[in-house]
Amino acid sequence: MTAASISTGTAPARGRKYRSMSRDRRWALRWSYLCLTVFAVFFLMPPLYMLITSLKTSAEISAATNPWWVHHPTIGNYVELLTSRQFLTYFRNSALVSLIVVAITMLISVPAAFALSRMRFWGSVALATGVFLTYLIPETLLFIPLFKMFAVINEYTDIQLINRWWVLLLLYPTLTVPFCTWIMIGYFASIPKELDEAALMDGANYRQILTRVFIPVALPGLIAATIFAFTVSWAQFLYPLAFTTSADQLVLPVGIITSLIKGDVFNWGQIMTGALLGAAPPLIIYAFLMDYYIAGLTSGATKG
Amino acid sequence: MVDTTLKASPIAGGFRRRSALRRAMARKSTIAFLMTLPLILLVALLVLYPALYSIHLATLNKSMERFVGFGNFLFLFKRETFWMVVQQSCIFAITAVLFKALIGFVVAHLVHNIPSRGQRKWRGMLLVPWVIPPAMSCLAWLWLFDPSYSAINWLLDLVNIGPVAWTGEASWARFSVILVNIWIGAPFFMIMYLAALKSVPEQLYEAAAIDGASWWQRLRYVTLPMMRNIMAITALFSLIVTFANFDIVRILTAGGPIDKTHVFATWAFRVGIEGGDLPLGASVSLFMVPILTVAAIFILRDVHRRASEMS
Repeated sequence: MTAASISTGTAPARGRKYRSMSRDRRWALRWSYLCLTVFAVFFLMPPLYMLITSLKTSAEISAATNPWWVHHPTIGNYVELLTSRQFLTYFRNSALVSLIVVAITMLISVPAAFALSRMRFWGSVALATGVFLTYLIPETLLFIPLFKMFAVINEYTDIQLINRWWVLLLLYPTLTVPFCTWIMIGYFASIPKELDEAALMDGANYRQILTRVFIPVALPGLIAATIFAFTVSWAQFLYPLAFTTSADQLVLPVGIITSLIKGDVFNWGQIMTGALLGAAPPLIIYAFLMDYYIAGLTSGATKG
Repeated sequence: MVDTTLKASPIAGGFRRRSALRRAMARKSTIAFLMTLPLILLVALLVLYPALYSIHLATLNKSMERFVGFGNFLFLFKRETFWMVVQQSCIFAITAVLFKALIGFVVAHLVHNIPSRGQRKWRGMLLVPWVIPPAMSCLAWLWLFDPSYSAINWLLDLVNIGPVAWTGEASWARFSVILVNIWIGAPFFMIMYLAALKSVPEQLYEAAAIDGASWWQRLRYVTLPMMRNIMAITALFSLIVTFANFDIVRILTAGGPIDKTHVFATWAFRVGIEGGDLPLGASVSLFMVPILTVAAIFILRDVHRRASEMS
């Protein structure tokens, strides 16, 4: 905040007073930019290299030239993947799963967060804490018992859950709902009580308070939670790897890894293209809704 | 006379409102319970039940017909691989969290230092590793670490540093998985610490500057105490996530070379799903519980304290 004033008009006025300080600051600033550039190079190198490789042919990849430069750029990899039925199936599965999971998550977590933040009832405080604790249970602890549970369900009811893409619709909400409920509790709790009291006075029922008052007021939180649910579902790797195996049931991350790596032959141009296309939806959402994305990230720990 | 009627009416109104309120409360708690019912069902059936079920599962033999008590655990204790996994999981999680916190702290300060107009742009760029799905970015790293076409080795070759077997040699493979974990996780720390830095009131720094505090003293006595809470909670969160990490090790090394980089999650997957021994896999993953519990208790304590401060 004060740093901004240095580059704008107030700098000379302050400079007279603290000449040496402003010179120190200028040097500190230069060092900051230099270090930031180094870190940015480190952080952006892999995605950049994905892009570079995705523009190369297999021949150029295996040639002994500078790997960081594209001599003959081609979009062949993109064309090939985007016309491959298999890849489009993965993409469709991923998109379907993520979108439906977002819908399920919102339908479960928004009413629950409303009830937990505004309507005190027996056990509501314990439940809110419990929801938070569930968020801390990692999926790596649950995938084996869940796998066995679904196998048992199949034995008794003949419902085949394993190796169906929609089993992920059951599994992903366990990752998204606790966190989304938790941050929505935080957002709802920050809405002044006078607002819903006024609505109650005007004769609104709870559904109206939720849909007419809370959801519009807490819209930024809702967007943040939606983004979180989508990116988590899109990126999830363990559950689809454990629960789905046939090619037409796979989602994107697992699909790219299992199908593009054929035996010991790695077609790196296509793998990188697939990875980049797989990373694109979260990146695009992030590019357009960065503030909501970051708000969602930070509110998990700073609110509540 | 006038006084009493004036006084009486609000009381009567109060009574009427209170009984209506009580009725509303009774209805309210039913509605509230119904609103949270889907959440309760989800958590009970798909989180709590499987968590408890895995304890039961861990006490069965491989074909899941016979109760073996602690047999699986005793079997694990006798295997050298198990102790290697314990060691590697701890090294992996602790080193990664430490460096993520350190890098996040430094980068957050750097971003905080530059004019606020540019901060958005830098912050946006630096968070990219966190946004890319880990499975996708690990593929990029796998390609950067490729034994014969490694682009990093090509760069190192320019300064005459010999080819490094990034994922081929045990110690380098351990380094690589930690490096990738730091790459993915450090931006998250950066964003959290930056939020914390922004919440430190500017007056504190002005007061410290007037008192002639050096930058180190400002850091030590103003910034760190103000950020302590967020720093601790971010580190604990990250410790849980890192300790339970699966994607990075699975994609980069799949546990190899010779099981040297396995962590609990990947080894449980190898034993349980790929090896077909679900009870043993369940017992392996149960070993994550103690550390997760300790971290969770500390986080919960902080959350409770903040909740009581708020109300």
